[in-house]
Amino acid sequence: MNRVEGRDKVTGRARYAFEYPAEDVAYVHPVQAAVTRGRILSVDATDALATPGVLAVLSCAEPPALGSREDAELALFQSDQVAYRGQLVAAVVARAPETAREAAEHGVRIGYDAEPHDVLLRADHPGLYTPEKVNPGMPAETRRGDVEAGFAEAAVTVDATYTTPTLHNNPMEPHATMAVWEENGDLTLYDSTQGAADDRDTIAEVLGLPPERVRVVAPHVGGGFGSKGTTRPNAILAALAARAAGRPVKLALTRQQMYDLTGYRTPTIQRVRLGADAEGRLTAISHEAVEQSSTLMEFAEQTAAPTRVMYAAPNRRTTHRLVRLDVPTPSWMRAPGECPGMFALESAMDELAVAAGIDPIELRIRNEPDVDPENDLPFSSRNLVACLREGARRFGWEGRDPRPGIRLDGRWLIGTGVAASTYPSRRMASTADATVEDGDFVIRIAAADIGTGARTVLTRIAAETLGTAPERVRVEVGDSALPRASLAGGSMGTASWGSAVVRACEALLKNGERGTADTTEDVEGDTGFSRHAFGAQFAEVRVDLDTGEVRVPRLLGVFAAGRILEPKLARSQFVGGMTMGMGMALMEQTIVDERDGGFLNHDLAQYHVAACADVQDIDAVWIEEEDPHLNPMGAKGVGEIGIVGTAAAVANAVHHATGRRVRDLPITPPKLVG
Amino acid sequence: MAEMTLRVNGSVRELDVDPRTSLLDLLRERLGLTGTKKGCDHGQCGACTVLLDGRRANACLALAVACDGSEVTTVEGLGGAADGDEPHPLQTAFVERDAFQCGYCTPGQLCSAAGMLAERGPSAVTADLTDDPPLTPEEIRERMSGNLCRCGAYVNIVAAIQEAAR
Ligand code: FES
Ligand code: FES
Repeated sequence: MNRVEGRDKVTGRARYAFEYPAEDVAYVHPVQAAVTRGRILSVDATDALATPGVLAVLSCAEPPALGSREDAELALFQSDQVAYRGQLVAAVVARAPETAREAAEHGVRIGYDAEPHDVLLRADHPGLYTPEKVNPGMPAETRRGDVEAGFAEAAVTVDATYTTPTLHNNPMEPHATMAVWEENGDLTLYDSTQGAADDRDTIAEVLGLPPERVRVVAPHVGGGFGSKGTTRPNAILAALAARAAGRPVKLALTRQQMYDLTGYRTPTIQRVRLGADAEGRLTAISHEAVEQSSTLMEFAEQTAAPTRVMYAAPNRRTTHRLVRLDVPTPSWMRAPGECPGMFALESAMDELAVAAGIDPIELRIRNEPDVDPENDLPFSSRNLVACLREGARRFGWEGRDPRPGIRLDGRWLIGTGVAASTYPSRRMASTADATVEDGDFVIRIAAADIGTGARTVLTRIAAETLGTAPERVRVEVGDSALPRASLAGGSMGTASWGSAVVRACEALLKNGERGTADTTEDVEGDTGFSRHAFGAQFAEVRVDLDTGEVRVPRLLGVFAAGRILEPKLARSQFVGGMTMGMGMALMEQTIVDERDGGFLNHDLAQYHVAACADVQDIDAVWIEEEDPHLNPMGAKGVGEIGIVGTAAAVANAVHHATGRRVRDLPITPPKLVG
Repeated sequence: MAEMTLRVNGSVRELDVDPRTSLLDLLRERLGLTGTKKGCDHGQCGACTVLLDGRRANACLALAVACDGSEVTTVEGLGGAADGDEPHPLQTAFVERDAFQCGYCTPGQLCSAAGMLAERGPSAVTADLTDDPPLTPEEIRERMSGNLCRCGAYVNIVAAIQEAAR
């Protein structure tokens, strides 16, 4: 099925947050902190206020009244303390965007008392501590057996440290909001968000309004990848600015501002230790992750979490330690935890395969667990081995010579690599409403379509449940006024919303007019199984002997993700994730300015994401998987697993091509020459 | 303010613009043509690509006043009908091939592809520089690399362009 909103997107009719028309609209432009830690001593906005067309200036000189300051990233202008370079410290509202920007950049003078800062993550940082929980509420540490004894009895061991850099989500649509205060004091926000209902609740709480007086509208969102999963300062700033200016206000963060204000993936330092007997059976696994958060708030990424489910081993341990630095608060980025964690684990498995002289696919198959290795729960379904075998067949793995650095084609060294993927299959409670209007079916649910194809897949799910054609179903999403639904995140969208849509449609079939559903109870019953999607990724690389340039002529993903509901759209999700994973492997990194704080390469000219010429043959396929323990559709999410394992597959292929093991992403040319 | 004339998707507009206004902001904020997107405002992403006097250009890098007397085609006018009801073959192919996800880079990809298909001559990946090369996937990938897609729809974008070019 083609995307139901496809026509709107190719004709320019699909409206994103910044694009709604409003009478007499004004624009707000942020002023960002010019020091990395310290105190604001003075705010002089005389020049800005004297600029024709300027309507208001906001800053901590006159803290706006808020209902809650609990989320320190959203408690705008409440404190004179600066927690990181680039933090919002003031803003100018003006009739024209050019005026707001010019006045913000030149008309507001802020005096600071700067203090020494600390922005660099190190494994020996004295401030490291173990958080109570890691995202999304998992234990920070797990232990089973005696890992030291397991390593002592091992015939082969790997002990290696892998590092991943700060990464930025960089959705193509900047974080944007238009805020409109109605005459009765209600607030409408057109906001680029991954969850209208949660966004509405957060905004209402921060502003001190009852939630029913706030409405968030977001039918089309230009990507988020986690960065629009939580409310961002742009939403609060637009609301405050609109209140101050007495008219609707629009705000789109600039690409540069997005780096400071919309979250990012924490850098990680991961030590992985593996011990195995002579046949490659793991005797011990240890995965220790070191990562950062801000001084404002704790966000602890679950980097070592995938190691808890991947391989059997009697002795095992995972740990997370965190240090609070003078940096923005990290947040969700596509597959938080699994993505950086599986780079480390799957690189280490490749190193173990090399050390033990065992084929890396065979090594993984030998360590396949019968049950979840940490909690002994049965897997609802687990087809990693099938993915590895099917991938090996399609990719032409058989007969691969494992010796590194021996295949030369002209000036190109050639290698192949494999890595596994995994991602949890969870769902959250949602509600939905199904009615018949003018003979057609209308489904209403405050789901979000951020490019995942949610609108389309829910149309299909509703049509199947109702026994009708998709053309007779209209699905409304992206509005907090619709029945409450969970956000688009954690690959939970289809499972969560689909469950509610199925139940609502079933109820409609029963009474013929209208059906509503609330899946709270269904979701509470989701116990008793370990639920995860799995996959295997295969990469072929060519490495230029002289320059160290890496090209990826082939990337293949084979996934086991339950029932695939919309093949065309699912494939786009898998391939999109793999494309981002290839960028992570080879080019993506945000460089922290150790001397001055903040990020150095905060734009798309210097933060490289994969471009069209970087992508050659990327393909994704899947195996048939029946899983009755998930949800009425039997579906696992597909939005994130595609990025999990790609970087390791590429790094393992680079090792096979060159004999060089790059443990520090991204694999840039200097790491391969000299 | 400066007076200027612009022909946009076939209709002539007489305008009074702030000399600081980019062509992109003029289209989006003044003319209500929000199909053209702003991804970076610095010529780094291609989301704002339009056809300016028939050639593809980043509207964020053009000052509106410098376009006085020019002809601009945006995604809204790509199909030739002002209401977008006659889709350009590229638009049809993008939908059929699922050449987008969030859709935010899409208008830029479409205008860029339309401009690219009208271009002649070799590119950086053409073996023979005296050649006017056939439109291989490699040529498309090279020529479309000014248009970033964070959703990672490149594989399908290339397939859609190939299909539309047939
Ligand atoms: S907005 Fe013009 S190139 Fe990015
Ligand atoms: S479709 Fe989302 S950026 Fe290209």
